[in-house]
Amino acid sequence: MIPIQHILFLGATLFVMGLMVVVVKRNAIMILLGIELMLNASNLNLVAFNTHHITHMDGQIFSLFVIVIAVCEAAVGLAIILNVYQFYKSSVPDDINTLKD
Amino acid sequence: MSGVLILFYFFGSVALLSALAILFIRNVFHAALLLLMCLLAVAALFVLMHAEFVGVTQILVYAGGVLTLIIFGIMLTSKIDGKAMMVKNNKWLAGMLAGLPMLFILITLLKQHSFQSSGKFMTGDAAIKQVGVTIMSDYVLAFEIAGLLLLVALIAAVVTATTSKKNDA
Repeated sequence: MIPIQHILFLGATLFVMGLMVVVVKRNAIMILLGIELMLNASNLNLVAFNTHHITHMDGQIFSLFVIVIAVCEAAVGLAIILNVYQFYKSSVPDDINTLKD
Repeated sequence: MSGVLILFYFFGSVALLSALAILFIRNVFHAALLLLMCLLAVAALFVLMHAEFVGVTQILVYAGGVLTLIIFGIMLTSKIDGKAMMVKNNKWLAGMLAGLPMLFILITLLKQHSFQSSGKFMTGDAAIKQVGVTIMSDYVLAFEIAGLLLLVALIAAVVTATTSKKNDA
């Protein structure tokens, strides 16, 4: 039996790692990677709390929906990054500071 | 210490170390591969927590789909000259200010509560069957909306990625 506290500590640490990747890195794709890391940490918590209940599977189903949302976010985000890259020739978010040319 | 517990600590430390390496590494492609390692370790943790369906979905969707998409994105946005794409990590102070207090607060709050597992829960085929039945009965509206959202997101991605050619010409 895995102690649930340790799973929650792992989830919290992974979430903070994702947050720090988003803040520290200066590249749009690295920011997407950090967001995926944070969503995964939240999934870990959902599945951990799901082991509390004998009959209900709500935690697992919530984590499945989180995975679906993460896929949508990655697809649209990468399309936006490619479009921005073709226009600005850069994928550094600090360089992208005008709405219109 | 049981075998499950040893496997849990092994895969947990793999996930933690690869996440830590993503934070410090400067090559974007290596970071994507490390994220793949982290996601596979988390999938193993899901299986250890008797959430086999979520674990398999994690491998199929994340490792198979999202990571491929991200690697495509890296290759399409790197310069042609063949050098590896490096990122600057120049916001360490902001990162520490955002991350460390959050970690401290989360750990102290989690320590104050004691979560006790019931120890008895569904495993194996019965659990997977229960997941399927619940999705198709209680959560059927959310399931359909999620399908619609995927369709809308994919159309939006295709439209966003293809109209850039017209803007160039």
